[in-house]
Amino acid sequence: MTATTKPSSALGALTRNNTFLGFLFLLPAAVFLLCFLTYPLGLGVWLGFTDAKIGRDGIFIGLENYQALASDSVFWMAVYNTVLYTFIASVLKFALGLWLALILNENLPFKSFFRAIILLPWVVPTVLSALAFWWIYDAQFSIISWSLIKLGLIDTPINFLGDPNNARASVIAANVWRGIPFVAISLLAGLQTIPQSLHEAASLDGATGWQRFRFITLPMLTPIIAVVMTFSVLFTFTDFQLIYVLTKGGPVNATHLMATLSFQRGIPGGQLGEGAAIAVAMIPFLLASILFSFFGLQRRKWQQGGQD
Amino acid sequence: MSISEQTATPTLTDDAQGMSYLNRLPRRLVVLYLPLAVFIIVLLFPFYWMAITAVKPNSQLTDYNNYSPFWVVGPTLDHIKYLLFETSYPGWLWNTLVVSVCATVLSLAASVFAAYAIERIRFKGSRSVGLLIFLAYLVPPSILFIPLAVIVFKFGIYDSKLALIFTYPTFLIPFCTWLLMGYFRSIPFELEESALVDGASRWQILIRVILPLAVPGLISAGIFAFTLSWNEFIYALTFIQSSENKTVPVGVLTELVRGDVFEWGSLMAGALFGSLPVVILYSFFVDYYVSSMTGAVKE
Repeated sequence: MTATTKPSSALGALTRNNTFLGFLFLLPAAVFLLCFLTYPLGLGVWLGFTDAKIGRDGIFIGLENYQALASDSVFWMAVYNTVLYTFIASVLKFALGLWLALILNENLPFKSFFRAIILLPWVVPTVLSALAFWWIYDAQFSIISWSLIKLGLIDTPINFLGDPNNARASVIAANVWRGIPFVAISLLAGLQTIPQSLHEAASLDGATGWQRFRFITLPMLTPIIAVVMTFSVLFTFTDFQLIYVLTKGGPVNATHLMATLSFQRGIPGGQLGEGAAIAVAMIPFLLASILFSFFGLQRRKWQQGGQD
Repeated sequence: MSISEQTATPTLTDDAQGMSYLNRLPRRLVVLYLPLAVFIIVLLFPFYWMAITAVKPNSQLTDYNNYSPFWVVGPTLDHIKYLLFETSYPGWLWNTLVVSVCATVLSLAASVFAAYAIERIRFKGSRSVGLLIFLAYLVPPSILFIPLAVIVFKFGIYDSKLALIFTYPTFLIPFCTWLLMGYFRSIPFELEESALVDGASRWQILIRVILPLAVPGLISAGIFAFTLSWNEFIYALTFIQSSENKTVPVGVLTELVRGDVFEWGSLMAGALFGSLPVVILYSFFVDYYVSSMTGAVKE
């Protein structure tokens, strides 16, 4: 360390050059990201145009993978599921998360304690909490079925994961359970930045609770909502773990998401090229949500009085 | 509401209605405490269920007629003993720990330099590099795992801990860099300028001035990165084959689930013990954790 404090004059001149110094400091991160992020991203796109299999480099086959996928009903089912899953789960996560954030923003006893335990579903490894859901959704011994039977609401246990629509609803519920804390705590942070004086001024003018929410809280929160929901949509869209644990895409491919289908075709199925093509097919959707995020950020800047 | 009523009430009550419309207890109970209680019960129930299943004797596990499923009579440690002494579980815990610590340390080190360079050295194009880092943060593992598997195989690190230690930084570095950039930005320029005037090198400034001030940021980024690595699943599932190299999430799912006979007790014990380390870490650093989560969103 002391060696670098007295560099020779040539080296000294170089380290005073900001561009060189910046390059030097960025090098470790850049090497990692180029090797394990940029390169695989490009390689993935290339693999999508080849017929690579595990243990064998593929040859370029143009769009054949995509043509095969276009006439593959399982693939379209996965696309449909992914969009449905993302849409419903995101809407629910947003509504419930905002509600929870508004509750937590009130004066409550043990507020920080509540905030701490609410984040737990998000902290715990998804696979492990998904295992708990697997047990909760058990076809025979589901605690939900048992409780509902005891309450006299249903007669036979619910077949949570065996029926396509039930299975979809079940995985969405588990995803929402896991996602609410993130949305709630992030929005709570946003809520706390809204100046109290705005609410006071509005109440003096006679605004009702709903009006204050609609015309103060919501507009002030919009930029954060845009960013939080972009992240939420992004992670929901590319979700893999919950489906893999709960249904493995079943029953009869009814709950496959694009990510799980890509895994199933690519790794256990060995069709690397086809798996990569399915993964690449997710990119347009992801780009759309990233662009959405940028507009959210832009608006934030504008609201703070900066240039649009 | 009649006009006389409105005129009769002075403006004071109007104000009170606006500011504290939730303050009357019965209403507060229905609007606030009841939903909060429901939220908390629903959010925590799976953990309770996990814990109670882990200590339930097998005879009670599926016998809902004679025993209430919500409680346990005569808890047993059999499932936990089985997990710790008759499976590779302790090894998976160790692997997860090693991988998470190494990946976190590696990512933090690289991120500190990168964030400092982007935020403070102000070289040409530093802003676009910052933007690229943010974009890298948005690339999800589910579109990278297939090509990464090919790369990991070509590097000859397939089925080893190194495969995970080298690939986890792909999502950790962008996140940590982004977070640390925010922290570095909050450190006043004057401190750095005076150190520069005193003849300190950039390296000395970073080590002696910036890093001590950015300790909260380092802790936030560190524990968050650790948790992310601990929870990672898809890479570990794809790149690891042999049982002795598996991490906890993969091991529990692929080795403890066998055929049609589910040993729910040991499965839930495995889930519980795999969650505990991050939960304990989290309970010590709740505020850092929250600030890193919201910081990443707000920046």
